[in-house]
Amino acid sequence: MKTILDKQQLYLAISRLAHQLVENNINLNEIIFIGLQPRGVQVGAKLMECIKQICPNENLQYGVLDITFYRDDVRDELHVANSTHIPFLIEGKTVILIDDVLYTGRTIRAALDALQDFGRAKKVELCVLVDRRFNRELPIQPDYCGKAIDTATYQKVKVEWDKEAVFLY
Amino acid sequence: MQLSTKHLLGIKDLTPTDISLILSTATQFKEVLQRSVKKVPSLRDVTIVNLFYENSTRTRISFELAEKRLGADTINFSASASSITKGETLLDTVNNILSMKVDMVVLRHSASGAPHFLAKHIPAAIINAGDGINEHPTQALLDALSIQEKLGSLEGKKILLIGDIMHSRVALSNIYLLNKMGAEVMVSGPPTLIPKYIKEALHVQVEYNIKKALQWCDVANILRIQLERQNQVLFSSLREYNLAYGISKKLLDGLNKEIVIMHPGPINRGVEIDSDVADSHQSIILQQVENGVAVRMAALYLLAGNKPIT
Repeated sequence: MKTILDKQQLYLAISRLAHQLVENNINLNEIIFIGLQPRGVQVGAKLMECIKQICPNENLQYGVLDITFYRDDVRDELHVANSTHIPFLIEGKTVILIDDVLYTGRTIRAALDALQDFGRAKKVELCVLVDRRFNRELPIQPDYCGKAIDTATYQKVKVEWDKEAVFLY
Repeated sequence: MQLSTKHLLGIKDLTPTDISLILSTATQFKEVLQRSVKKVPSLRDVTIVNLFYENSTRTRISFELAEKRLGADTINFSASASSITKGETLLDTVNNILSMKVDMVVLRHSASGAPHFLAKHIPAAIINAGDGINEHPTQALLDALSIQEKLGSLEGKKILLIGDIMHSRVALSNIYLLNKMGAEVMVSGPPTLIPKYIKEALHVQVEYNIKKALQWCDVANILRIQLERQNQVLFSSLREYNLAYGISKKLLDGLNKEIVIMHPGPINRGVEIDSDVADSHQSIILQQVENGVAVRMAALYLLAGNKPIT
């Protein structure tokens, strides 16, 4: 086991991502943040806390999206579905997808599909805490990235919120 | 995480974990059904045949809608317009359909055990949409989801089944499910329509006095009088049944609490349930129908996942 981000680094990374998101999207009314179930949701919640501290007067639009029914591997393995809650129109808005680890890119592919069913976003961006470079199976890259690491396929990256750190197994 | 069974033949074969998994998945599908695009692509590589050897409105439409919402291809088959009138057997019919590369079969049949028989002989996943007087698992699941939504959970809740317990597959599936999920079950109705040893066999309470039974329960699930399954006279007239066991507004007003009213449909208004009860705010009959699509989507989705890659 190897620590990729310890507690301090983790919160620095989240804080940096929050600042980048605000910097690139000055008009926060036009932005919809979407945490991907199950593990992107915690990253999303932490990011929202951070952005609220930076812009205390803004009303942030934050939803969660479950992509279970859009997976391309339903026949190989059944995943338990989680709730989806997007109580706003995404039509014409900029959507920022938030997840913990970007690996093969297949989750994001499914998320893009799922997002289509909610409307036509003006623009979709991707924000991830950890980017496992060189393991991509689809042409998908993050727009905001907490930390990029090089890993082998047999390894596992886990964001553990009880320990407030990211580990490589 | 997956179901412990390859087919959905009855609630009898499911574990409480299976039931919880189906219900929680159905809750997520309910959210999908609220969207403007009420469709997900999970089963777009699956073909499903709906074999209905017996008439149906709700179940059939509900299954077909569930299949379409999951992106599956569907074929509909009804006995009256098919080659079974020429004498083809059930197994031959199904094998012929399967040879056209169909992955799942939804079967309704008037013979109890028909889906179990098919399950032994064909490789496709089978969902029982009602077999004779045996089981109707998806109905029990949608009833459970409706109760759960209304009361928060099933555990410890008092559920009353009223009417034709003897001929009702809805009753049997409900009893299995509610027992597995820790609810208390009571049956009520004319003694001729309640199997003699049901108390011992299925661990339910029996109460012939309808008023006492209603006073006991949190939820009353009123079953249809199934005239088509009765080959002897078990009560003298529909009018008499209505007077003795029909649920009227007056009967409910006489209770010191408000109970939830359910009915699996189709309703015989003025027989087992009066119109003002069926249309009252206590009734969740239409919510049951709504939940039917979500529950069937969950069952289809979870069973299709068990299919080995070919």
